[in-house]
Amino acid sequence: MHQGKTPETLGEELRRRGMSRRTFLKFCAAVASSMALPATMAPVMAEALAKARRQSVIWLSFQECTGCVESLTRSYAPTLESLIFDFISLDYQHALQAAAGHQAEEAREAAMKEHWGKYLVIVDGSIPLKDGGVYSTVAGETNLDTLRHVAEGAAALISVGTCAAYGGLPKAHPNPTGAAAVTDIIKDKPVINVPGCPPIPEVMTGVIANFLTFGRLPEMDALHRPIAFFGDTIHDRCYRRPFYRRGQFAKRFDDEGARNGWCLYELGCKGPVVHNACATTKWNQNLTFPIQSGHGCIGCSEPDFWDKGSFYAPLSTGRWGSAEGIALAAAVGTTVGIGSALLSRARQSDIIRKG
Amino acid sequence: MDLLEFARGPAMQWALILLVLGTCWRIAGIVFLKRKPDLSEPRSHGQMAGALRTIFSRSVPARAFRSRVLYSNLLGYTFHIGLAIVVFAYQPHILWFESILGFQWPALPNAVISVAAVVTLFSLVALLVKRLTSPVLRLISNFDDYFSWAVTVAPLVTGLMAVADVGFGLRYETLLAVHLLSVWLLFAWLPFGKLGHAFLVFLSRGTTGALFARRGART
Repeated sequence: MHQGKTPETLGEELRRRGMSRRTFLKFCAAVASSMALPATMAPVMAEALAKARRQSVIWLSFQECTGCVESLTRSYAPTLESLIFDFISLDYQHALQAAAGHQAEEAREAAMKEHWGKYLVIVDGSIPLKDGGVYSTVAGETNLDTLRHVAEGAAALISVGTCAAYGGLPKAHPNPTGAAAVTDIIKDKPVINVPGCPPIPEVMTGVIANFLTFGRLPEMDALHRPIAFFGDTIHDRCYRRPFYRRGQFAKRFDDEGARNGWCLYELGCKGPVVHNACATTKWNQNLTFPIQSGHGCIGCSEPDFWDKGSFYAPLSTGRWGSAEGIALAAAVGTTVGIGSALLSRARQSDIIRKG
Repeated sequence: MDLLEFARGPAMQWALILLVLGTCWRIAGIVFLKRKPDLSEPRSHGQMAGALRTIFSRSVPARAFRSRVLYSNLLGYTFHIGLAIVVFAYQPHILWFESILGFQWPALPNAVISVAAVVTLFSLVALLVKRLTSPVLRLISNFDDYFSWAVTVAPLVTGLMAVADVGFGLRYETLLAVHLLSVWLLFAWLPFGKLGHAFLVFLSRGTTGALFARRGART
């Protein structure tokens, strides 16, 4: 997919492809809007992108299910096609590239050599660390070695999906492969997390577009997430929130409350503690998101979401442990109480006998 | 493990263990104490009736003291009732009880809960002001009184902050975790300090009532 050694600027290439300035500005306005940038940034973005050269991107897939790539291919603003063909040079990606076997690895090495220090690395999937990382290898090389090797010459890394961002499902208890996140391994390069299982396609493309425009990663929160998309909780922006305030909750998925679109808190919705753009950016061309479709948020973009108890347990329930533990506490408490009372009786008898 | 997971998991388990252990300890420790032998002729055999009567009669101040204790009594009732509404009628709290007891009951709207919480909070502050400004009360107050007040007020304040999502820079999940941890602190402290009256009040009133009835005293 790489076009040549001396790529023209994006502006020249887009003009060559017949894209009008109006269309290009519309595209920039859509991206700026999705990134919560002011409308005045659209022309700035257009100018910056027009002068930019095609960005070399190396995509590494590790312990993953390809769901993130599937999600990205459903992006519509900008589309994956427009990203790949107009703005980036996707030099290495297992699922999408034509090359296979040694040719694929050679293409990656060539891209790394040519764009050393400038290329962008996108990672989906977690990295197994246990037993020397033998649980996932590509072309005889462990994911850990590949990541370290490729990250060495990268300008920045984007962890796409909850697995790359936090370890995800492979890291779920008992984590048999010792799965780890990119940020657990790469400490000397800027890394941004775009979590979600899968992530919202527009968030992924928005982050890439931001890097192309400004040459750096967007502003991040403490968990390395782009604040523009992860600043609010699902609950903050949920259209069902008025029902929560009024105390109107669906008790079952098929009751009257559910049919009336009441709050899904009682059915285990994790929206109040989940940061993502599902309630605003939504999915399938801004059509819907899980809560709108009648199911509570499962918090798939949060660290360790798989190990945080049932998806259907309300957030306020907690995990109170075993009845045996409480029974043991009661038994110990009663024994200590009786013991202290007997001690007191003995003392009293002693005082009476002496006195 | 983040703070919220810690609050929802291990912290809650240990708080419940301490609550149950401490409560059993205090009750068993009192019930099995040696009783002073009463060798006098019983004036009445209605000791159970006396115990039950005292449990209720002591809930209303005696006529002679009524005007002097009106302020504390009214505020005391206000914050106890308010606290009961907040604890037992707020839907997320009911769900927590359901996860342990296996059944739930109807909730009140969030607005009613918020009003009850604010009224409760003001009542508790007013009672603290009285404790601090009354020379006698201040003299007989110790660490237990102030700490018990603080651990009762903390869940109310943190709960209101979480509901209103006012965290002065803290995220909602942090506010929720802090609220849960403040409740667990209340649980852990409850059996060991003066808050133990929650389960000892009727035991002590009943004992006094039975004793008085045996001696023929009016309770």
